[in-house]
Amino acid sequence: MDKVDACGCADPVVETDRVIVRTEKLNLHYGKLQALKDIGVELPANRINALIGPSGCGKSTFLKTLNRMNDLILDCRIDGRVYIDDVDIYGDIDVVDLRRRVGMVFQKPNPFPMSIYDNVAYGPRTHGTKSKTVLDEIVECSLRRTALWDEVKDRLRASALGISGGQQQRLCIARTIAVDPEIILMDEPTSALDPQSTLKIEDLMTELKKSYTIVIVTHNMQQAARVSDNTAFFLIGEVVEYGPTSRIFNQPTEKRTEDYISGRFS
Amino acid sequence: MANPPSRKVLGRINLYYWKHENLGRGLVTGFGIFLAGLTLLMAGFLAVKGLSTFLVDHVSPLEFLFSTKWSPDADVPAFGALIFIVGSILISTLALLISTPFSISTAMFVAEISPNLGRKVLQPAIEIFVGIPSVVYGWIGLSVLVPFIRRSFGGLGFSLLAGSLVLALMIFPTITSLAADAFRALPTDFREASYALGATRWQTVRKVLLPAAMPGILTGVVLGLARAFGEALAVQMVIGNMIRIPGKLTDATVNLTSIITMDMGNTATGTPWNDVLWSMALLLLMISFLFILLARTTGQKRRSLK
Repeated sequence: MDKVDACGCADPVVETDRVIVRTEKLNLHYGKLQALKDIGVELPANRINALIGPSGCGKSTFLKTLNRMNDLILDCRIDGRVYIDDVDIYGDIDVVDLRRRVGMVFQKPNPFPMSIYDNVAYGPRTHGTKSKTVLDEIVECSLRRTALWDEVKDRLRASALGISGGQQQRLCIARTIAVDPEIILMDEPTSALDPQSTLKIEDLMTELKKSYTIVIVTHNMQQAARVSDNTAFFLIGEVVEYGPTSRIFNQPTEKRTEDYISGRFS
Repeated sequence: MANPPSRKVLGRINLYYWKHENLGRGLVTGFGIFLAGLTLLMAGFLAVKGLSTFLVDHVSPLEFLFSTKWSPDADVPAFGALIFIVGSILISTLALLISTPFSISTAMFVAEISPNLGRKVLQPAIEIFVGIPSVVYGWIGLSVLVPFIRRSFGGLGFSLLAGSLVLALMIFPTITSLAADAFRALPTDFREASYALGATRWQTVRKVLLPAAMPGILTGVVLGLARAFGEALAVQMVIGNMIRIPGKLTDATVNLTSIITMDMGNTATGTPWNDVLWSMALLLLMISFLFILLARTTGQKRRSLK
């Protein structure tokens, strides 16, 4: 942790169970197809919240409602309420500002075809930071927090496409935290990575939850059990069960949850 | 006794393959080789004809490339082609400077800002642009552009400016369609990543997509330049064909393609004058070869980036 302290951007560890994301009767349709049904969940801040469930159950769709990436899809209709910090994000808000506050890491590492430095500096620059000193600081700090600094500090000006897949994904996380979000959404962030890189990202998540709220979609049940504090089980657009990960995995109240977790679900 | 029957089958397989594999493959290969051979023959012919200026007529290559003195029918003839070379370079470069901003903007609009309108309206319009014969471009230039320039800026109207504008219009679809393809070839990941960081669409297009598409756009620019260099008819109709280096945009001038089309009918085969025209044709071929090479290398860079 002294590394983070050295660059002066470590946030204090928050241990309150403040609710940061709250949804009420959230329904989402793609055309005529209903993808989310009456979702009502409360996600606490500074925790890793895992969303699990079979393919097509709506967990990725739910994730994308939190930073309004679904806005980019034609024919997508959303009813109900999504509150972040008690502000309805489908009300009269600035989407650009919302996406700065709610960052996203994708399934496939997707660095921009530019240098490592420019990738991390892209967000701050986009939001108006011009000073070279400030940018340098943000880049170093973000790369340190994603444990990438020592690996790339000598080639910050080299193309981001030249580093390994695992490094690219950590770079994408660094790029996300460079704009200082409150929430980080992760859509199966390790499914394209080898086990070792996966482990590094999981360690990183545990580290990052001290400063950020993490919502992660994962197909890897062990991953959900290993890293998350809370787990929501999605099935055909509904949240079947939501609660502390240890309870969901050890004593699920719903039969369907138990079936899925024990692999008896098709 | 196991071998003979299998050999028979093998015989039948050979015949089968001859009919259904070798014949078709041979035919296609034959056509391919024929065309490649034809290209080589044409290049060879041009080289023999073009080089005889220097080898048979003993015109110095340096004089040809760097002298502005063009008097092919004088008692002591001079064959300096610099005026034509400069004319070609000036017209093409100007055309490119005029056309590129429009092309890149249109490509952005078609590929990123309004794909729907782009596909329905702009794309067909661009395709029509490609199909218009160059004589039509030249004629429109002659009857609209030339009088307009004469009235607005003075001079003859036939000018470097008129030539560049007509050429700019002609290479616009080439650059636009290649640039639009370059944008479309970019993975959606870049767009998503940029939006997710809170960038607006314009910021995404300008800061992420444009740099990423640049190699493809440059390929389009180079091919546009190649087309501009080789275009003869439309340019010849509006450029004025005065053998001098233009002092300003509204001056009439001449370029390589124009002098070839104008003089080729007036000269007898085998005379130095005729040979020099072939040398110019050879020069055009070499320039276009250079452009294709350039387009290939920028294209390669694009592939290696992915």
